[in-house]
Amino acid sequence: MSGPAQLGRRAFTFAATATPFFSFAGAAEAATPKDTVVVGKAIDDIISLDPAEAFEFSGGEVVGNCYERLVVPNPANPSQIIGELAEKWEVSADGLSFTFTMKPGVTFASGAPVTAEDAAFSLQRTIKLNKAPAFILNQFGANKDNVETVIRATGPNTLVFTIKEKVAPTFVLYCLSANCGSVVEKAVVMKNARDGDFGNGWMKTGSAGSGPFTVRSWKASESVILDANPNSALKTKPKRVFYKHIVDPSAQQLQLQQGDIDIARDLLPDQLKAAQANANYKMSSAPHSYIMYLCMNQKDPNLAKPQVRQAIKWAIDYDGIQKNIVPTTYDVQQSFVPKGMMGAIADRPFKKDVAKAKALLAEAGLPNGFEMTLDHYNGQPHGDIVQAIQANLAEIGIKVSLMAGEQRQVITRYRARQHQAAVLSWGIDYFDPNTNSETFCVNIDNADDARNKTLAWRNSWQDKDLSDRSIAAVKESDAKVREKMYADLQRDHHMRSPFALLFQATGWAVMRKNVAGFALAPLGLRTRYDQTAKA
Amino acid sequence: MATPRLKALAATAASVPITLFGLVLVTFLIGRVMPIDPVLAIVGDRAPADVVAQVRLELGLDEPLYVQFWIYLGKLVQGDLGRSVMTSHTVVDDIIRFFPATMELATAAIIIAALLGIPIGVLAAVKQGSRIDHVIRVITLAGHSLPIFVLALISLLVFYATLEIAPGPGRQNILFDDMVPTITGLLTVDSLIAGEWEVFWDALAHLVQPAGVLAYFSMAYLARMTRAFMLDTLKGEFIITARAKGLSPARVIWKHAFGNIAVRLITILALAYAGLLEGAVITETVFSWPGLGQYLTISLLNADMNAVLGATLVVGVTYLAFNLLADLLYRLLDPRVR
Repeated sequence: MSGPAQLGRRAFTFAATATPFFSFAGAAEAATPKDTVVVGKAIDDIISLDPAEAFEFSGGEVVGNCYERLVVPNPANPSQIIGELAEKWEVSADGLSFTFTMKPGVTFASGAPVTAEDAAFSLQRTIKLNKAPAFILNQFGANKDNVETVIRATGPNTLVFTIKEKVAPTFVLYCLSANCGSVVEKAVVMKNARDGDFGNGWMKTGSAGSGPFTVRSWKASESVILDANPNSALKTKPKRVFYKHIVDPSAQQLQLQQGDIDIARDLLPDQLKAAQANANYKMSSAPHSYIMYLCMNQKDPNLAKPQVRQAIKWAIDYDGIQKNIVPTTYDVQQSFVPKGMMGAIADRPFKKDVAKAKALLAEAGLPNGFEMTLDHYNGQPHGDIVQAIQANLAEIGIKVSLMAGEQRQVITRYRARQHQAAVLSWGIDYFDPNTNSETFCVNIDNADDARNKTLAWRNSWQDKDLSDRSIAAVKESDAKVREKMYADLQRDHHMRSPFALLFQATGWAVMRKNVAGFALAPLGLRTRYDQTAKA
Repeated sequence: MATPRLKALAATAASVPITLFGLVLVTFLIGRVMPIDPVLAIVGDRAPADVVAQVRLELGLDEPLYVQFWIYLGKLVQGDLGRSVMTSHTVVDDIIRFFPATMELATAAIIIAALLGIPIGVLAAVKQGSRIDHVIRVITLAGHSLPIFVLALISLLVFYATLEIAPGPGRQNILFDDMVPTITGLLTVDSLIAGEWEVFWDALAHLVQPAGVLAYFSMAYLARMTRAFMLDTLKGEFIITARAKGLSPARVIWKHAFGNIAVRLITILALAYAGLLEGAVITETVFSWPGLGQYLTISLLNADMNAVLGATLVVGVTYLAFNLLADLLYRLLDPRVR
């Protein structure tokens, strides 16, 4: 997934040029229809609107507005799981069987009732299609051969999900609350199936859910239009949501000012600052799940030394970078579980200490430093942040050569373990700490052809103790014990890992003052428009 | 026996498939050797190794490069450009959607550019060294040297945000979305066919600003070239003769001098149009114009190779077509190359 604020240099320059002009401009009268919410956003990351396939940020948001799941994190308190389509659920004594009872009276957009058969079909379909998000469900032992046995409707309102190995029940439930756990209407999907694709071709641009909206159209790099679902129990306020694809933040700002859009989603820090001071706008912000980190490949003999890894962590000016480069869009975050998620800790063990960093380098036998390359995305704010890090590391004698690349180019090198050090971003896949604990800690097979290319693997780093403890944490049923396990893991991770966790992103939306009922959801949970209205 | 003219035409025509083949081959090879894994675009960064391997097999990426190229070529001759990962549509469908948007923009831009650029180029040449010439040279220099995104943003700021006489970015007001059936893909034409005058005026209003920005750039180029050609021609002995014969200045300039440079201008005009048709990425980005330039850029950044190859092919064919057209017109209009 791409980061929320990875803007090209071109976009950054546009904004820098235009911002001074816009600061003086007033807002014009709203021109959009009152019953339509127009959202300005770069939506060219969408590759599909099928919940079994959509795994990018914008596609995920659309899916969240068109579908419901068995269970979801409580929006008011995400550490609590509540039923959405499921009225209740029970976990068997051995912890292997989850039985869900469906809520009565819920209907799809077509008017047909949502049944356990639809829910079972939806989960089976995700496994059978085996698209990018399928791993969230198949990590419980389901595969295309056994899926009809392990996920089945045992009655019109009862669904049983059997897992292979006992894990924390909350882990299973949070995974089922991911986009790929969305319930689709079996009859509609299968009516549109072609050549055994389980309706995937049709669902890429359509919808068959019970959420507050239905997909009217998706025109790549142009627009997504959602119409209110007349059969939704949510009493959807807007009749339509219109996502307008606007790449350039300055163009977004101008259109917001002129009333051609109601909500702008991708404004840059300077523009956000100007909007905050303008009474014509309202703001919504929420912590994002994206964490920016610096990683060190352990194949490099210098970076494999524990003292060097620590020296780099002590050399970075976390607060200075945050205040000067990303004051509104990132916060300092030095642990791998993002703020707002179960298991998150507020510890900040590192701050810039040049003397300490130099002493650690000397202890590693490198008093004069060394040279290394640092791969990074060429968009902002990564470009400015790596330059600051380059200057920080120069102070302790480490000469950094910056290697800028397009996002997928950098990831290709990273997955091939060809980097020396890199600054990258990582977002959660589902709302459970295991999503990050696993990737930052677990590396069971360090061979080049390993199946699971976690971030630990990508940096050729194996710490059996942390790996085992991360695996044990996901199996712990007691929520309080589990939370402590993640806290301890992160503290040891600070001291032993080749990752310098840097910042956590903050998402921002700027809306015109006549817009009410809209708020960004934290940590990639569902941002919905059903209660958004315009005065 | 074939005349030399026919021979030359045949040679030009024969070069088209060879050039196209070379274009496809080079683009294909660049796509395969560039340091981005195309599977990543499909399965994402998180997919386990077996899913990556499965998709790699499905894409035929395990085959030797020449086999992959042969397969692609086989499909290409049947009109199958494959499916785009980013849009989920076939590349042919995408091109049918994105190319007309670029065509509409480029056509409007080149018309404005030609209508303004050629006369002021002639004027500057005729009034060489005068104040008018200096003003025109400054205007055209600005068109050449100002970055197009600055022009685009200034235009939006002035005409859209301040004077409020032009609509904002996009091809049309969202109220008119899907109101006219797509026939040509050119919104102005389709709205006329459907008899939807309100949609037509809205589409035209949305077209003026981006087309104007693009036109300024092309106009500057055309004016400078026209001025240079005219200055060269006005020194000719036949112009002195025409003047000595007492022909009116207008007749000397427009019939004798301009008539002589018209052939060269056609080439310049054709190439400028072809350049615009390739997609003006920055203008399309600032004005949220869903054209080929944006499509190609996004596809390239996401290693969506079917889309990149398809769009490059369209650009290549466009260039070739206009080159060929200019060549033919040149032969037709210039007696020296007959």
